[in-house]
Amino acid sequence: MSRQFRLRRISNPPAITGFKPYGNNINGNKSSVIFLHLEEYEALRLCDFEMLDHWHASQMMGVSRPTLTRIYSKARKKIAEAFVLGKQIIIEGGKIYFDSDWFSCKDCFCFFNNPSKQQEIKECPLCGSINFLNYQQAFQEPEESLTRCNDVCVCPTCGFETPLKFGCPCKDEICSHCGNHLIRKGIPY
Amino acid sequence: MKIAITSTGNNLESKLDQRFGRCSYFVIYDTDNEGLEFIPNPNKDVSEGAGPAAVQIVASRNVRKIISGEFGMKIKSLLDSLQIQLIMLKDTDKSVSEIIQMLKN
Repeated sequence: MSRQFRLRRISNPPAITGFKPYGNNINGNKSSVIFLHLEEYEALRLCDFEMLDHWHASQMMGVSRPTLTRIYSKARKKIAEAFVLGKQIIIEGGKIYFDSDWFSCKDCFCFFNNPSKQQEIKECPLCGSINFLNYQQAFQEPEESLTRCNDVCVCPTCGFETPLKFGCPCKDEICSHCGNHLIRKGIPY
Repeated sequence: MKIAITSTGNNLESKLDQRFGRCSYFVIYDTDNEGLEFIPNPNKDVSEGAGPAAVQIVASRNVRKIISGEFGMKIKSLLDSLQIQLIMLKDTDKSVSEIIQMLKN
């Protein structure tokens, strides 16, 4: 059995969770999403935004220099693929940890951390809003409201129904009775 | 509790400085007596080590929180060990007085 991956350290959480293409020739039929891992985002940020060399970037992420180069080239490949094929980019996942607890406030759009781990953060230190988000939880387990979906896929010919699986569009599902592609219930096609 | 805010000028109408180590002024705001102190940053134009020097300035005044636009990579671990909270306000043109108003609410 191979050795487990070393966890990559992330020092800055991304400000956004993804990118969407626009224009006429978007390849909308296939599930055209590319998942950019957080470690790849971080490698790209360190190398191309902070302009560090690979060795310094690898020290920042707590991995070896060859590993950093591999992560970085993966990030470049994914972004190039998204650009060329007009795919959507979603930044999530990856084997990572944050160097400290990061939070973002949804009201004043600030980022803040929690230096004392014993105390729990109850409100935004700047505006006092309770509407904030813990990055660690948000990125490691998706928000419940996002994964819970009450929609149903239905077969247009025989009426077979199945609950929509999160992340799998209805049109990719096939009816087990008649083999047709399903559609989302309640949405005219 | 004392809070440090990085500022581009030495009055309340000046904007938040987006850099921490090389900001023009530090504003130390005391939430208990609403006192204000403007400290000019002596390390504004140094080529290296501005961040740790700035940490020394604010830490010597027992600051518990720092509000700035961005923090360099040398600073985060330093401030974590000093138990100082970082607050990043990116891409904002809020003035120092507006931020103090937010802190009061």
